Amino acid sequence: MENLLTFKKGIKDGVPIALGYFAVSFAFGVSVVSQGLPALVAVLMSMTNMTSAGQFAGSAVMVVFGTLFEIVLTQVVINARYFLMGITLSQRLSEKFTLKDRLLCSFGITDEIFAVAVTQKQLINKKYFMGLMLLPWAGWSVGTLLGALAGNLLPEILLLSLGIALYGMFIAIVVPAGLADFKIFIVSGISILLSCLFYYLPYLRLNVGEGTAYIICALSASIIGAIFFPVKVSEVQDE
Amino acid sequence: MNKTLYYILALVIMAGVTYLIRMLPMVIFKKKIKSPFINSLLYYLPYAVLSAMTFPFILYCSGNVISASVGTFVALIASFCKRSLVTVAILAVISVLLTQLTITYLIPIII
Repeated sequence: MENLLTFKKGIKDGVPIALGYFAVSFAFGVSVVSQGLPALVAVLMSMTNMTSAGQFAGSAVMVVFGTLFEIVLTQVVINARYFLMGITLSQRLSEKFTLKDRLLCSFGITDEIFAVAVTQKQLINKKYFMGLMLLPWAGWSVGTLLGALAGNLLPEILLLSLGIALYGMFIAIVVPAGLADFKIFIVSGISILLSCLFYYLPYLRLNVGEGTAYIICALSASIIGAIFFPVKVSEVQDE
Repeated sequence: MNKTLYYILALVIMAGVTYLIRMLPMVIFKKKIKSPFINSLLYYLPYAVLSAMTFPFILYCSGNVISASVGTFVALIASFCKRSLVTVAILAVISVLLTQLTITYLIPIII
């Protein structure tokens, strides 16, 4: 079978995610420390959370010593999308995935790791998923550390350029899938249209957070897709 | 509450809540879902999420719409040619960097 899901392939697929995470978490480290949080707190937060929007929001609460309840609330609202992703991912796991594996691998659910994992042609095994989450986690943690410690040592022009790595990878996931199944292009087109509305209409942009907007766009587009272009999802084979 | 204790509690709570949100569905939904509607929805969802996260944000990711557009174009072309994730990501970064360098250093010299 082509493209076996090995640990090595997981590591390789994780490289672009790690690159993008490094850039974003570097920015996170710089900004958090400049707001007055200790570098150690920033690094520990990255090592134990690995979630961009959630950490930016959570650290914003901690900077002003907001209540612990506020921290719970921001995380639930911003990270609710991971719950949805967890449901999708749970449907794509190989039969050999034990409870322990599920407990371990669920830590690695992020927008990017999730997307790469569920768009594999085969059911996902533990080795591949562990490989896939390893480098992004390292990149996310090390990026935060360097950003928190070294602030502005890296040339800004390089940091800014690294920012496109994640998006480039997203495109590289959607386009081949759309070429294989044109319905995916239609659904993703609807999603992009909605996303642009949320971005360019001032009322929506001011009132709907980015994390919430993704979910509204993606859910609406997918519901439209499921109604008008239902698919038989039985082609996914176990290894 | 002193600062150190607050930071420790906040970190533990944040990590705990974020982990629970990720872990619960993975442990609850062990059986395969049968509904064709739900399955179709879950089939489209990842692509829809990625698309909504990419556009229009990719156009502003480098702080310069021109270099970001060049990077987007290169990433699209490379993806239509079915290059791997790493290749597309690296080509996009290099094209943004080169465009940005050209805009910042080369064009002022020529003009």
